[in-house]
Amino acid sequence: MIVAALSRKELSRRLTGPGLRLRTGPVVTCVQSRQPAVAEALALHYAEHAVEPDDSFADFHVRIASPRGVRRWVRPQVLFQFDGAPPFYPLPADQAFPMLEWGLNWCVSAHCHQYLVLHAAVVERSGHALVLPAPPGSGKSTLCAGLVNRGWRLLSDELALIDPASGEIVPLPRPVSLKNASISVIRGFAADAAIGPTVHDTLKGSVAHMKPPVESVRRASERARPRWIVVPRYNAGAPLRLEPLARGRAFMHLVDSAFNYHLHGRRGFEVLAELTAASACHELAYSDLAHAVEACDQLARA
Amino acid sequence: MSMAGVDLVSLALRRPHEVPHWTLAQWELLVRQARSANLLARLAALLEDLGSLEQVPHAARAHLEAALVVSRAQEEAVRREVAYVLKALARTGIDIVLLKGAAYLLAGLPAARGRLFSDIDILVPHSSLAEVEAALMLHGWATTHHDPYDQRYYRDWMHELPPMLHVARETVLDVHHAIVPITARLKPDSGKLLAASRRLAEDSRLRVLAPVDMILNSAAHLFLNEELSSGLRDLADLDSLLRQYGARTAFWLELVERARELDLSRLLYYGLRYARLILDTPVPDHARQATDANRPPIWLRSAMDALFMRALRPYHFSAADRFSSFARLALYIRAHWLRMPPALLARHLTVKAFRGREATTAAG
Repeated sequence: MIVAALSRKELSRRLTGPGLRLRTGPVVTCVQSRQPAVAEALALHYAEHAVEPDDSFADFHVRIASPRGVRRWVRPQVLFQFDGAPPFYPLPADQAFPMLEWGLNWCVSAHCHQYLVLHAAVVERSGHALVLPAPPGSGKSTLCAGLVNRGWRLLSDELALIDPASGEIVPLPRPVSLKNASISVIRGFAADAAIGPTVHDTLKGSVAHMKPPVESVRRASERARPRWIVVPRYNAGAPLRLEPLARGRAFMHLVDSAFNYHLHGRRGFEVLAELTAASACHELAYSDLAHAVEACDQLARA
Repeated sequence: MSMAGVDLVSLALRRPHEVPHWTLAQWELLVRQARSANLLARLAALLEDLGSLEQVPHAARAHLEAALVVSRAQEEAVRREVAYVLKALARTGIDIVLLKGAAYLLAGLPAARGRLFSDIDILVPHSSLAEVEAALMLHGWATTHHDPYDQRYYRDWMHELPPMLHVARETVLDVHHAIVPITARLKPDSGKLLAASRRLAEDSRLRVLAPVDMILNSAAHLFLNEELSSGLRDLADLDSLLRQYGARTAFWLELVERARELDLSRLLYYGLRYARLILDTPVPDHARQATDANRPPIWLRSAMDALFMRALRPYHFSAADRFSSFARLALYIRAHWLRMPPALLARHLTVKAFRGREATTAAG
């Protein structure tokens, strides 16, 4: 069963009661919340995601709750709770859904050490994965959103899960997080993309989420092998530049973007070395999204 | 599913053979509780050693495997860090006695299997503290807790220097000169502990406590600790050490005698009692009778049972009942009472109350 198959009443019954057991790739998260905005956003962004039965195994139990005391009413806040305890400070109540998204990222990056976890977007075409490792502000999510609106399959916008045994990337398709100017860029680039309401004044500026393509969610169990590494860099007004990147530097980009490289010891080194060896590595400086997407398409055709 | 107030972690540690056949719902709660008790990797290692990891339901096994990745990485990191400490203290010529987790690991004890580390603890003679601290500072460790009160708290009243943080590696080293605070009513003689310590094969300057002392240190740490969120983990250490060394009959006589000598008989009584009650640790009758001589009077015993049997559950709401937070608070006060004389305690709690929440994490 998928989220869209639940009536709004049933969805909020689960969220306010036993929890919605939401499957995202290999992870099942039991989500509880009384915030109407959370139910609304889940109904939009996770419409095609599977809902697991109440007696299934949930990996994580999270709740978007109101803090006790005065902050429930005066300039209300919300709290992300992981298994009853809050790992982060509360945020203004209108940031409930972005907070859930960040919390879900944290659940995976702080616990799923059976994978080598990179802070990177991953998209796939004809069975091969394109990895976009990059620090915030590099235009990674914008490019990722652009690519998945032009036929690439979304594996993940934030977290690349690499199975250390096989070197394959395990999909974790979830909403793509768009920040500031990139929200209107994507609206202009893909008129039919489903983008939720914009939330202003977050830690990352204005944030809106884009619903992942249906096809990407349906094929979430299909892993892919990396074939391209593209390190994007948004550079306002600059012409497009796609340049080969030395393997050693690409390797270091991956290490820098890893959450748990230090936990995987020698195998972690080998996995990233194999990944870089098997991939064509490039740096991509761009200001125009259409050109950047076209450059990636060309890479895939080559 | 009615599982409120149950401790699945100790049940799993007691009966590891049965765990692979538990239902998914039981596994889900077990993973949550074991994670909050810092015992997920321990459980994973136990099942791995029994060869039954493969029989664990797939979804739950992923968490055990993730915990094993962390635990293996920590083992390597601790070995590396111990080597750095040795190197930093090489010039001083002072022997280093490893305590707790690092000792179990370097001595190759089963208690180290799947044990997570937060820092490394070492014991050095009180007379060498200044020299050790200076040598560590020269090699990149810096003192923490810069507040003058905190510095005084550690240096005048506690059994350790303020935790030392390595500025580049961000690792934490606790340098002890005793196993209980200076101000505590109990006065185990550190000289005796150092004298009985054993040399490790790794390095001629690296030592661990004698087995009986290791157990007494583990019990003292657990039963004088104000904060028991890792209490069950500490009890699992004690359980593992007792199982390992307890096969020898003479060991129990030595243990009881050593506890008397070090002024730790009451704490040993608690250690054996709760290890037995919670983790089914085998304790021979003669050892129980010997430690019973040091048990508290019946009214206190029942009160302690009510408190410890709650506080030593996993730190997860599903394992709590309505008296759990009271039990933790009462044991917090008890630990302070045992760690400091009344006047000093009153002063310490006053300072902490005025400084508010931030300071609670800083000093004791």
